[in-house]
Amino acid sequence: MVPVDYYVGLSAVLFTIGALGVLIRRNPLIIFMSVELMLNAANLAVVAFGSVYKTFSGQIFVFFVIAVAAAEVAVGLALLVEIFKSKKNINVDDLNSLKG
Amino acid sequence: MHFLSEQTFNGFYFLAPWLVFAPVIGLLINLFFGKKLGEKTVGIVASLAAGTTFIVALLLAYSVSMNHGEMHSVKLAEWIHIGALQLDWTFRVDSLSTTMMLVVSGVGTLIHIYAIGYMHEDVRFKHEEGRFNLFFVYLNLFIAAMMILVSGDSYMMLFVGWEGVGLCSFLLIGFWYEMDTLARPSWANSNAAKKAFITNRVGDFGFLLAGFLMFWYLGSFQFDEVFHAAPEIAHSMPWVIVAITIFMLVGVAGKSAQIPLYIWLPDAMAGPTPVSALIHAATMVTAGVYLVTRSAPLYSLVPQAQYIVAMVGAGTALFAATIAVGQYDIKKVLAYSTISQLGFMVAAVGMGAYVAGMFHLMTHAFFKALLFLSAGSVILGLERGHHAHAHHDHKKESDSEASRHRRSQETSHSKHGGHDSHEEVFDPGDMRNMGGMRKTMPVTFWLYIIGTLALAGIFPFAGFWSKDEILLDASLHFPVVYGLLTIAAFFTAFYMGRQIWMVFFGEARSDPAKHAQESPKMMTVPLMVLAALSVLGGALNLPFEGFHNLTHWLSYTLGEMHGLPLNLQVAGISTALALTAIFISWLIYGRNPLKAGQIDPLKKPLGFVFTGMENKWFVDEGYGVLVIKPFKWISQFLADVIDWRFWHDFVHDTVIAGTYNWISEIALNRYADQKGIDAFANWLGDATQWLSATMRKVQNGFVRSYALSVLLGVVLILGYLIFK
Repeated sequence: MVPVDYYVGLSAVLFTIGALGVLIRRNPLIIFMSVELMLNAANLAVVAFGSVYKTFSGQIFVFFVIAVAAAEVAVGLALLVEIFKSKKNINVDDLNSLKG
Repeated sequence: MHFLSEQTFNGFYFLAPWLVFAPVIGLLINLFFGKKLGEKTVGIVASLAAGTTFIVALLLAYSVSMNHGEMHSVKLAEWIHIGALQLDWTFRVDSLSTTMMLVVSGVGTLIHIYAIGYMHEDVRFKHEEGRFNLFFVYLNLFIAAMMILVSGDSYMMLFVGWEGVGLCSFLLIGFWYEMDTLARPSWANSNAAKKAFITNRVGDFGFLLAGFLMFWYLGSFQFDEVFHAAPEIAHSMPWVIVAITIFMLVGVAGKSAQIPLYIWLPDAMAGPTPVSALIHAATMVTAGVYLVTRSAPLYSLVPQAQYIVAMVGAGTALFAATIAVGQYDIKKVLAYSTISQLGFMVAAVGMGAYVAGMFHLMTHAFFKALLFLSAGSVILGLERGHHAHAHHDHKKESDSEASRHRRSQETSHSKHGGHDSHEEVFDPGDMRNMGGMRKTMPVTFWLYIIGTLALAGIFPFAGFWSKDEILLDASLHFPVVYGLLTIAAFFTAFYMGRQIWMVFFGEARSDPAKHAQESPKMMTVPLMVLAALSVLGGALNLPFEGFHNLTHWLSYTLGEMHGLPLNLQVAGISTALALTAIFISWLIYGRNPLKAGQIDPLKKPLGFVFTGMENKWFVDEGYGVLVIKPFKWISQFLADVIDWRFWHDFVHDTVIAGTYNWISEIALNRYADQKGIDAFANWLGDATQWLSATMRKVQNGFVRSYALSVLLGVVLILGYLIFK
């Protein structure tokens, strides 16, 4: 049996990579991938704890997260297509119309 | 008096409230339906109301005599119950109050009947027919107020009536408020009404002070309680009773027209003649005499006050009698005569001769009402002669109705448009315009003679007995009063003789007097009743053993008294003086009757003395200088200097408004508002602006930086949760 610490450690490493990716990268597609990475890091931790406590709740929860993430990606990619249509560019550093 | 039953007789006491209800119902009917009812019905309703009062008074007097004069009080309603002040609306039925009730309602009823005839013509001469029913409303209101006055069981209820009759007096003096006695547009009558009201106010102030003292020291207003508490106070604090009685005397001087407040009564003759007879001769002005008689237990405790009252009365009697000698207006002579006779009564009650005072009050009510009403008849007779003569001259028309109608239109036109050019103003009250009227108005003449003989005190008329009783009492205890009153009686006979010769004898001194017409039955019949009373009124209290009826009757209320027997010396002196005075007046006015335009034959020999009499000894002018002028000056000073310049301009505008302005401008506006509140609000705005300007830099629009903030926030919160 692999101890739960390893799973948690892997999950933390994956989450950190994802977070850094969201903060550092400029391509929105990569940012989406990083977001997916963070979600999956969280999923990994949830199922790990689920197996430790001998419960299916974790897996059910993860199942919902995967479904919601898929929907989110669909919405996000649609937004990207629209942004690209109006700006001909999807570099996030150029998208600052929220500036106060 | 007590012949029927020995046990208590509960008779008619329950009727007492109807003394007031009857006239009030009468006046309400006339007030609301008078216009529809017509003059006849209005007069009948008013007279019936007064007549009902008389019948109630008769029944009450009967009940009192059945009960051996026992006092009976009839409580109608609770009135004022505050702390120690317990006042009820209670009627007091005893021999004194029923005497007053009988006089007031009896004479009042006769005058109501007379007034139907009098006012019928008066409103037509003045072209104000709509005011007929108002007159009877006022007259009934007066009867109601006077009944409250005489039947009240406490000084406060008496005071309500006292003020009520004052109000009626005011309303009726100013009945023709927008004209003078000759129907010319003027404020003379309303000024006379105001003079009466204000002068009475001075007197009423005295009455009120007496009332306050009474409540403070004696603890009650109710007659019996006051009289019960008085002797103890008189022993410990005699000045209290002296003050109460003297202040009460001030009220008496106001209402009963005594020195120094008599000045309103002559002016009160501005009212219609029935008013002069009823209010200003027979009833209201005697309220003061009634008050002193009612307060006999108080006055008998303080001889000093009694002496002052007697002196005031005697002084007034003589003073007013001298003025009456110099008057030309028929009603003014009677007005001063009334003041003088009231002086007799006040002197009598002041001396403690209460029965004599009440006796004279009654007989005077009869013969002075008779004289006034006869004078009214004379005036209307002249007025009729004046009008008949006027259209006889100017129109030469046979149809008198049509010409009267036309003339009334003409006069009402001229009343508004200015004054009549072809007709000088004729004063029907001026005795110099009269003369020879015994031929034109024979009934009035004989009635007047009876009234005059009664007033002059000629045997056996009513005035002889009552005046004699006063003089007799004075001769026994108060020689000074006796002297003054005897001289006054001499003057009385003289001015009445002068009046008779001037009015009824000699030749007519004006055309209206030549054409004067006798008054209708409606007016002369009540006069005949009064004349009969003036002849026989003395029988009420004949000074012989076994008679003294009034003395006996009043002693139920006033305590045991014994009537004095006739003193031939006193009676002889006064009768001789009266006859002498009439003889002298015949020498001066009767032997050589006055010619038209001739000055009074007394003026030359008496010189400035007569000028003084003619001008009322300049008392009004004296009051003008001593009271009115300083009063006006003080009012002017108070209004202009104190109120306007000091209070308004200085205190209000400068001090209060200035200070307020200064405080709001400097302290509040400049410091508190601008430097405090404004500054704080501005600082708040500035701080917010600075803060937002700083914060907006965070909002750079880059999603990544927001994400970083979120991440940092999460890390911080988690870190806090883990390491706390």
